[in-house]
Amino acid sequence: LKCTEKYIYYLSFQSKSDIISTVEFNHTGELLATGDKGGRVVIFQREQESKNQVHRRGEYNVYSTFQSHEPEFDYLKSLEIEEKINKIRWLPQQNAAYFLLSTNDKTVKLWKVSERDKRPEGYNLKDEEGRLRDPATITTLRVPVLRPMDLMVEATPRRVFANAHTYHINSISVNSDYETYMSADDLRINLWNFEITNQSFNIVDIKPTNMEELTEVITAAEFHPHHCNTFVYSSSKGTIRLCDMRASALCDRHTKFFEEPEDPSNRSFFSEIISSISDVKFSHSGRYIMTRDYLTVKVWDLNMENRPIETYQVHDYLRSKLCSLYENDCIFDKFECVWNGSDSVIMTGSYNNFFRMFDRNTKRDVTLEASRENSKPRAILKPRKVCVGGKRRKDEISVDSLDFSKKILHTAWHPSENIIAVAATNNLYIFQDKVN
Amino acid sequence: MFARGLKRKCVGHEEDVEGALAGLKTVSSYSLQRQSLLDMSLVKLQLCHMLVEPNLCRSVLIANTVRQIQEEMTQDGTWRAVAPQAAERAPLDRLVSTEILCRAAWGQEGAHPAPGLGDGHTQGPVSDLCPVTSAQAPRHPQSSAWEMDGPRENRGSFHKSLDQIFETLETKNPSCMEELFSDVDSPYYDLDTVLTGMMGGARSGPCEGLEGLAPATPAPSSSCKSDLGELDHVVEILVET
Repeated sequence: LKCTEKYIYYLSFQSKSDIISTVEFNHTGELLATGDKGGRVVIFQREQESKNQVHRRGEYNVYSTFQSHEPEFDYLKSLEIEEKINKIRWLPQQNAAYFLLSTNDKTVKLWKVSERDKRPEGYNLKDEEGRLRDPATITTLRVPVLRPMDLMVEATPRRVFANAHTYHINSISVNSDYETYMSADDLRINLWNFEITNQSFNIVDIKPTNMEELTEVITAAEFHPHHCNTFVYSSSKGTIRLCDMRASALCDRHTKFFEEPEDPSNRSFFSEIISSISDVKFSHSGRYIMTRDYLTVKVWDLNMENRPIETYQVHDYLRSKLCSLYENDCIFDKFECVWNGSDSVIMTGSYNNFFRMFDRNTKRDVTLEASRENSKPRAILKPRKVCVGGKRRKDEISVDSLDFSKKILHTAWHPSENIIAVAATNNLYIFQDKVN
Repeated sequence: MFARGLKRKCVGHEEDVEGALAGLKTVSSYSLQRQSLLDMSLVKLQLCHMLVEPNLCRSVLIANTVRQIQEEMTQDGTWRAVAPQAAERAPLDRLVSTEILCRAAWGQEGAHPAPGLGDGHTQGPVSDLCPVTSAQAPRHPQSSAWEMDGPRENRGSFHKSLDQIFETLETKNPSCMEELFSDVDSPYYDLDTVLTGMMGGARSGPCEGLEGLAPATPAPSSSCKSDLGELDHVVEILVET
């Protein structure tokens, strides 16, 4: 993909009810799951390509909707536990059913999503409406047969992994062994076996003995895509630790420590806050990790710990506005970042419903906007530009006109094709590249 | 929505009173901004409706910011404890060092070294401070951030209140604290309660203060009072039922 290629907007699903809080394609890209603030999961499925309409590559339609988490009340602390879905992660498909993990602040659930397209007909003891028949009227016996029915997709909770996190879960990650996964909260990371819900292993614990000494929290964590013993976690101080579970049971001592030395000329009271990493993602190859902090996206080589190999400015024009962004709390927004299937392009969101793509090879970048006003079906997205000072050109938007309530925190990239999903508050946009 | 950038004059070569005043304005404005940031941070730590457990990451980052400000203010105070003969040199040196800090901390807010005087933009917000600053200047040439009381007092009490915030876990204050900590095994709740205060009364003063340094900005002479008031408020919240 050349990231400066324009995109065709071909589907927008407007979820009127709630703010979308997570977006994730499954491993084949056939399914796209979204979680929202109301605890619901909506899964979209890609239409099969039809020979008649070659120009319409498969669209995504709603496949299943279910309530994953409900609001809870912690009576001990007199606090509500939000039902908001923080993360969804798919398991690789091993049979006809689909499995995914969804989590709120405290509880992880394993959901099975399966299809039912046949139903048994011809019962002896019941009639077609299900009413019991009078046995005296039965004169013959027949074998019930399965007849096609309208497709029904049902989601059932298969496992509930609860009561293992004192603090808020920010990440879940399925291990490459497909038998275990991890859940990370602000201070601890736990390792689970999918089959066992009443216990988990604590593999990272950074809680200090005296909470008054707390100065750093875990912000994100992920397993290596191929090495089931390796994982990384990021912190609010802008550091990444790579851990090997073979080294010890409790991975408090990292194998590798990634941190970029601070630039003294840019030091301010906000330096630490903007260095806090909001997302960390392994590349598909497993050779690199990408981190997102408030103003930049960085790519790190696993073999070089002292600085990133690439740094991309997402919205550097905000650097002079940090005080205001601190005041209105925007400085604490947690943006995610994603790789494309070939690890050649990375994408992340910004404000004003803008999202950015960076081509690692050509070093070119583009800013696009996810909004209904600017996108008609099958229209080509125009690159946007923020004007930082001086004369504003016709299509540019000035920094002071940016809408900071329209933030794109969650995006996803199809594992093999150039299809992206962008969550803009309560709207989901799906874009694909131009088809000739 | 954004605080307007405050353009500062280049004060390095000014030798007349006006230059000294401009320098003091620079120092005062930096100190004011830093004070506003401190106030705002304290408010953020307190403001919480306590229906849902607040974000620990955010609380930790804000608390770290408060600590940074505290450390810098402590250093400023320490710096000013220089021998009296150096006091006369002190203001200018101090201005230069603060200028550098200003540039880093606040500098990008539209500021650039503007040669010479009479920059129309600076007159607006800064001139509101003029009457007070010029009145203060002759009397306290070497003091800037802490106009009224000795800096150490404020530092001490501030330092104490911040520690109080973090030490509440350890010290079992009788009476109300036991109501707070309903579960001994939930330190998160404790830290959280302590960091965010119990009643979360909204304070509007500090937040407003940063909106482009509007004329409503408290004069430097009252900055200590408001700071003390803030400390009292924090302590009040901690010991209040």
